[in-house]
Amino acid sequence: MSTTQTRQLEVKGQTPLLEVKGLKKHFPIHGGILGLKTGDVYAVDGVSFSINRGETLSLVGESGCGKSTVGKAVLRLYPITDGEVLLDGRRIDNLSAGELRPLRKRIQVVFQDPFSSLNPRQKLFDIIAEPIINFGLASGSALDDRVGDLLDKVRLPRDAMYRYPHEFSGGQRQRIAIARALAPGSDLIICDEAVSALDVSVKAQIVNLLSDLQDELGLTLLFISHDLAIVEHLTHRVAVMYLGKIVEVADRRTLFSTPHHPYTRALLSAVPVPDPTVKRNRIILHGDVPSPINPPSGCRFHTRCPFVFDRCKVDEPQLRDVGLGRISACHLDVVPDDVPTANRAIAVPA
Amino acid sequence: MPPLLEVQNLQTHFGTIDGVVRAVEGVSFHINAGETLGVVGESGCGKSVTAMSILRLIQEPPGKIAGKILFQGRDLLELSEPEMQAIRGKDISMIFQEPMTSLNPVLTVGFQIGETVVLHEGVSAREAEQRAIEMLTLVGIPAPERRVREYPHQLSGGMRQRVMIAMALACSPQLLVADEPTTALDVTIQAQILELMRELKTRVGAAIMLITHDLGVVAEMAQRVIVMYAGRKVEEGTVEEIFLNPLHPYTRGLLGSMPKLGSSLTETGRSKLTEIQGQVPSLRKPIIGCPFASRCPQVTDVCRRIAPAIEEKAPNHTVACHYVERALAAA
Repeated sequence: MSTTQTRQLEVKGQTPLLEVKGLKKHFPIHGGILGLKTGDVYAVDGVSFSINRGETLSLVGESGCGKSTVGKAVLRLYPITDGEVLLDGRRIDNLSAGELRPLRKRIQVVFQDPFSSLNPRQKLFDIIAEPIINFGLASGSALDDRVGDLLDKVRLPRDAMYRYPHEFSGGQRQRIAIARALAPGSDLIICDEAVSALDVSVKAQIVNLLSDLQDELGLTLLFISHDLAIVEHLTHRVAVMYLGKIVEVADRRTLFSTPHHPYTRALLSAVPVPDPTVKRNRIILHGDVPSPINPPSGCRFHTRCPFVFDRCKVDEPQLRDVGLGRISACHLDVVPDDVPTANRAIAVPA
Repeated sequence: MPPLLEVQNLQTHFGTIDGVVRAVEGVSFHINAGETLGVVGESGCGKSVTAMSILRLIQEPPGKIAGKILFQGRDLLELSEPEMQAIRGKDISMIFQEPMTSLNPVLTVGFQIGETVVLHEGVSAREAEQRAIEMLTLVGIPAPERRVREYPHQLSGGMRQRVMIAMALACSPQLLVADEPTTALDVTIQAQILELMRELKTRVGAAIMLITHDLGVVAEMAQRVIVMYAGRKVEEGTVEEIFLNPLHPYTRGLLGSMPKLGSSLTETGRSKLTEIQGQVPSLRKPIIGCPFASRCPQVTDVCRRIAPAIEEKAPNHTVACHYVERALAAA
């Protein structure tokens, strides 16, 4: 894995803005009367990726695959179990809170729910000015100007700064959250399902805003989402996660045109297409995602994979180069186009 | 043959401290036996309230339902509560969005499925459990004999939605109202549930009213579609007409603002999504003129003054817009 990763970096010839190496985050489970530790949830179990300056990397996968945990671990919202997080080539996962503080202004986050992520008792001015004041970046009339500029950037009227979040709709609140994330002059913004809670027409507004801001300010985005159509629209590269592991990384066009990993293929084929004339050959996976408390042996996808064979059950595949600049964690070099009839998933037993 | 369900000029209003909220304002449509009607629109457009009104699940007051809801020729709004209860779960049943909150956490899934059967068909508890096992098998839950004794928290989200479907189909209803049945689910599980609904539909033959904001789901499941906006029906047509030849500016905007899978293959760089400017109008004030006027790119003075009537502009395709021809030319 790390060799592939290094090779990718050498090709690019620059230090990535963010690099994550072998990240693990396990949550202990406590049970019984004594509250002893009875096990672990392997939420993120060895994830490596890098993001270059000005790039959007999307982390996609279904609920519980660990994509949000990766985002929060990068933000150091909790300590990580193992691995390294590097910002501009410098390790930040082992820094003390005091050492980390000045770096916090470089990484900011936009959460999913704009109704719970804004303080209802603060006016917009206070919400957006707080990070600027905390980092001592401006005060007095300079602060007013800076908040005004931020509101311009997210296309909200300047007089909105004297109003409270409840006066705004979901889409507008998400603009406020974006303005707050931009406020300390951050380089990297982690969007954790930032558009998932919004209606279709509003979602389009926010997606367009994010791409514009990226072009304008040279932002780097880690875009965490389960919505593949949105991801395809705004990303440069995509990393697909399943049960705490990355199963495939590729650039946008390669991933969406020629996905390699069977899970990526199933995920893409499951997305409903808004065109009644398209009849798709859908791969329906049987069963549910296994529990991250007791993940399957070998390849974690083997319990649902239509192409499973004996080796998958014992030998865990590593991410490796499978051509076209993709890395994929599958033992198969060439994944067949169609599901073998014998293994075809049947949704309903006859 | 008369349609299975005919809704005429449905109006559902809610009295609140701040005034009357006109959630549904004069909606008419019909569903034929065995067909799937897709109802699309964004949050607050009245699609769920329409469904709840059909089953009379709106609390009155503060709610107030007016108009006609003819089911097999009987007006549901004129039935007494016991008569209505005989219909709910038997002739018309409903699948809700949130399988977590719509199942009772302290009762086994078997009991919850069997309850409808006991109520409507007067069978014994033992027979009801047998039926519950059959239904669980039908919806593809492995080991149904064991699952029937389990509680909702022991099942995954996808399985709970299967239980909801089993419950809804236990008495072989003629109309199934599905309110965002897959919205809370992951895509691969959504694919399973949609496949299941399609298969059960051919087997059971129930008509489905499928309410969703996901245009992809509608395109795959429905034969006819109605598009709702601000409590009104703005467009109706066959699924092909709506998706390939949308006439209302709102429908066009909605289709344009939705990113489509495969966009990276046809475009070189990142392209912009079509935005619908502005926001949905408040339903607390009566809307004068066309409800979409404040956001429509082709708006004129006429639109702001006069509400357009819904008219047939193409075969099997009705739309409420003054300027269909102009909107078409502009596109």
